[in-house]
Amino acid sequence: MGKTPLDLVFNIEPNVFVSLEEYLRTGGYAALAKSLSQGAELSLREIINSDLRGRGGAAFPAGKKIEMVRGNAETTRYIICNADEGEPGTFKDRFIMTHIPFQLLEGITIAAYLSGASQGYIYVRHEYPEAQGILIKAINQAEEEGLLGENIFGSGFSFHLELFSGAGSYLCGEETALLSSIEGKKGRPRLKPPYPTQSGLWNKPTLINNVETLANIPKIIEKGASWYRSLGTEDSSGTKLISLSGDIKKRGLIEVPFGISFAEIINDFGGGPKEGRKIKAVNIGGASGVLVPPELLDTPLEYKACAQAGITIGSGAIFVLDDTRSILDNVQNRLKFFLHESCGKCTPCREGLRQADIILDKLIAGQAGVKDVDTLTRYTGAIQEASFCGLGQAAGNTLRSSLTYYREEYLACCQENRKSAGGEDLALMEETA
Amino acid sequence: MMSSTIVQDIIHQHGGDKALLLQVLLAVQDADPQKYLSEESVNEIARILEIPRSRVYSTASFYSEISLQPRGIYLIRVCTNAPCENAGKALVLQAIEKELGIGAGQTTSDGIFTVECVNCLGACYMSPAIKVNDVIYGDLTPEKAVKIIAELRKEYQDGQNTSGSCI
Amino acid sequence: MNKMKIFVNGQEVWIEKDSTVLNAVKQQGIDLPTLCHHPDQRVKANCRVCVVEVEGVKNLVASCSTKVAEGMRITTNSPRVRETVRTILELIFADHPHECLTCIRNGNCELRQLASKYGVRDIEGEKANNIFPQDKSTPSLVRNPNKCIKCGRCAEVCHHTQNVGILYSHNRGTEVCIAPEYGKQLAEVACVLCGQCALVCPVGAIHEKDDTDLVWEALANPHKHVVVQTAPAVRVSIAEEFGLPPGEISTGKLVTALRKLGFDQVFDTDFTADLTIMEEGHELLQRMQTGKNLPLLTSCSPGWINYIEQYYPGLLPLVSTCKSPQQMFGALAKTYYAQSSGIEPKNIFVVSVMPCTAKKYEAARPEMNSSGFRDVDAVLTSRELGRMLRQEGMDFQKLTESEFDAPLGISSGAAAIFGATGGVMEAALRTVYEVVTGESLCKLEFSEVRGMEGIKEASVELDGKEIKVAVAHGLDKAKKVMELIQSGKADYSFVEIMCCPGGCIGGGGQPYGTTNEVRAKRIEALYQVDENMPVRKSHENPAVQDLYRDFLKEPLGELSHQLLHTEYRNRGLSIN
Repeated sequence: MGKTPLDLVFNIEPNVFVSLEEYLRTGGYAALAKSLSQGAELSLREIINSDLRGRGGAAFPAGKKIEMVRGNAETTRYIICNADEGEPGTFKDRFIMTHIPFQLLEGITIAAYLSGASQGYIYVRHEYPEAQGILIKAINQAEEEGLLGENIFGSGFSFHLELFSGAGSYLCGEETALLSSIEGKKGRPRLKPPYPTQSGLWNKPTLINNVETLANIPKIIEKGASWYRSLGTEDSSGTKLISLSGDIKKRGLIEVPFGISFAEIINDFGGGPKEGRKIKAVNIGGASGVLVPPELLDTPLEYKACAQAGITIGSGAIFVLDDTRSILDNVQNRLKFFLHESCGKCTPCREGLRQADIILDKLIAGQAGVKDVDTLTRYTGAIQEASFCGLGQAAGNTLRSSLTYYREEYLACCQENRKSAGGEDLALMEETA
Repeated sequence: MMSSTIVQDIIHQHGGDKALLLQVLLAVQDADPQKYLSEESVNEIARILEIPRSRVYSTASFYSEISLQPRGIYLIRVCTNAPCENAGKALVLQAIEKELGIGAGQTTSDGIFTVECVNCLGACYMSPAIKVNDVIYGDLTPEKAVKIIAELRKEYQDGQNTSGSCI
Repeated sequence: MNKMKIFVNGQEVWIEKDSTVLNAVKQQGIDLPTLCHHPDQRVKANCRVCVVEVEGVKNLVASCSTKVAEGMRITTNSPRVRETVRTILELIFADHPHECLTCIRNGNCELRQLASKYGVRDIEGEKANNIFPQDKSTPSLVRNPNKCIKCGRCAEVCHHTQNVGILYSHNRGTEVCIAPEYGKQLAEVACVLCGQCALVCPVGAIHEKDDTDLVWEALANPHKHVVVQTAPAVRVSIAEEFGLPPGEISTGKLVTALRKLGFDQVFDTDFTADLTIMEEGHELLQRMQTGKNLPLLTSCSPGWINYIEQYYPGLLPLVSTCKSPQQMFGALAKTYYAQSSGIEPKNIFVVSVMPCTAKKYEAARPEMNSSGFRDVDAVLTSRELGRMLRQEGMDFQKLTESEFDAPLGISSGAAAIFGATGGVMEAALRTVYEVVTGESLCKLEFSEVRGMEGIKEASVELDGKEIKVAVAHGLDKAKKVMELIQSGKADYSFVEIMCCPGGCIGGGGQPYGTTNEVRAKRIEALYQVDENMPVRKSHENPAVQDLYRDFLKEPLGELSHQLLHTEYRNRGLSIN
């Protein structure tokens, strides 16, 4: 698989399950031991210096988040591992949970120690029964081996971890919706502030991090911040797991250092488009991400550069559409997804998506006009500008980017442009043909 | 339908009055022979946990993995997201619906199969994918999907025959 | 320093720390649009019509949920804000039935007012194919889910203020609906019909069942002798229906208006409020003597009765057997008044004007027919009366004042304060004290039981014996008191419960715009009414004295039991 450097953070081996024995044999849990012996302050420094950022999508500095929980006067604190990987086209967390579960457990335990949490939950989506089964077993095993539970490594640090199953809601990937979900409510987002680090689960300070973020921690502690930073770029340290799918030769999960370009990822790892085809668009970051035209694929995978180019790295899903695909069909698919997953709390997301969906259906059926494209643009603006939560705002990303880069495809669907010179309806001709 | 004592036991196992509602709902659904949350169960959970029925129902109706309708023994979930859609999900779903004579969201009259559409199964590297109960099947074609259903039918028949011999 | 500097539309202003942007901007005389916001409720930030620009923040922010920060620069009037707000309103309207002309909220719909203000002219969006049946299952309320804009105000009041948890948001995405579980009708669940949901609904998604036609019909029927009674709370709120500020006392105008509508007699529920004190006061004394079934719980609030019947049936023996003043009035109108006026009870049509939606249900209870005829034939809420007066083209402000008809229109100040939380308690204490001690009270005001505090306690010395009383309003607070009583942790002798916050003046049938601030003003007005009355104790009401002398003979006597008392029963978890 191309030019992977030898030692990264995850070192993916697709068909290998790393058992606890194997994990311990290859140096697993040395990082936890090191943290406990050198103390939380020093270890936290390491995380902060590593510039590790949240890998769930928001890219918030991970060390800073731990520090915020740690600094809270309230001593009952929680840690939650967000394993509600619902972003379509993303399967990185699933891989971590089903292949290297102990690297994740160790990461969670270290983060718990650093933030001062003694109780934790892994919130795993219900659609991942296999991952749930593996994690439950792994937690039990870790408890038996004294890697979880009371007085870990005789350090006096106790930490209990439980699995919490989601029940089918994309929105619960949003951290405050996830909290509501654990508390037995609908998975609707809460007002921020207060942020979970101040008032999270049951109003206690809570550290919530994505699976990939937490699974990075053991390696950072073990090998040091400067090693970690050396993997990436000045702006974005470390590596990123990328879920590659769509119209390419080779689909799958890869780990890449930050700084590599999207074109390199698609061509070197994904083998490029299928024979005789060209890339039309690349969806980056899942349903909440954007549609990127081929011209922008030389952008490096880097937070700053991507932000400047209007690309959301998000969960790291890369989904390729070749020239046989219709942009509108793809946008419609995304919209149906959001229609089903919107929590329905706020007007712009609920009603905006409802109307956007109606317009898109009309466009695809050849029953819409140019005015409808303008209305769609306006509604998209309201969804992005005024939705309650980040996911609502992101629901407009696919729409916005497709309206920006592929407006001609929208216009081509409009009634005004479907009429041939003779006044016949092209759509009708296609159907009869 | 489930007896009130089963619901009580489940809540007890989940920590009694400290039980986390969503986990209780999932466990009660799992324990129900028809793999759903009945109105009686919702009312019983509300009574024991001292939560208004409307709130229990609100939570239950929010999550798509919780069903308020009885479901079949084999729950076939077809992923509808873009990677599966582009890889031919429509034809696979069509084949399944035709084979079973039901649409998505429905259960066969014999109560054996339910078909549902779901969002991403995290199996985009082998799209189109479906999940039957807890098992994921990837790289599907309509023919493969029909074959899977035939195998499930056989598995069910075999199970019936063994249990039938007890009489 | 408690203030900080911010900029509103470029102008430097000093604002209290901890203030929301919405309030900060309001202090500058700028009224931002709101729908889900309600001053007495927790912030929801659902509707998003109050968005503004804040410098340095990428997206627009909801002003209701954003606190001011030092140096914050807020813009409320940019094209970006205006267009977004207009688009959000358009989006709400797109899936909202375009039936404004025939809607019960035509004229006072908050959504329509905003659409007008923001110049929503074109609605490009379409109504999705989602028609829901209306819920007309109860005599009190009509729910029309098609008009619901999912602001969540009803659910908040139902779960938080009233803590009955009937209306809640179910499903998700575009399928969200606010309803009882399983889409059940209100009659099928443990709704108390208080109507607080209707009072806070910004649109016509839930409202009182309109009985105005029933009343018009009776008024037009030459064979019917139509009498009307008005609850204490209505006289201090009805003027709001005509744009006057809350707390305006308009008893005299109200009487004139009712007479102009064509009622044959204009009576006052205050008369039977005084009577209630006589009956309930003696019931209290009786129970205190036997020591049984204490504390005595009041029974005049029908929402509260619906509540205890469904939620605490085990405590029903504590409830006073008195009918509410409304029902006592109906029973007397068709017996005492029928006899004295020589009109056959079957030809008497009793209308009551109430601040309350649960009163409609109470009047419809099958057991409420002591005369052999329904005690009360039709119940109008304050809002419905407002509608009738407007239909009649009445210029309320210009009406002259007139007096209630005798004898069922004669009352004391004690009766007037029935409309405020603590009022029944205070009225009862005035009478019970004097009956027990035989002495005259030197100070009539029991200030401990007054005011908007949710639960109020007081102890009173009666003939050397200290008795403890409690007052609660709003069912969340009632629940707390019931839990105390149930667990044996309360040693009260007498407890007043009012279903709605503030008591009847805050009832579910009151004019729109009822907030706790408005409630306080109405309460103040009722105490003013009390102070202005020549008679301020129920047992000194001469008409009540006549009634006992000529008809009932004595409190808790045989006829009283037949006409004025009833039995409340366990209903399980459904109003039916």
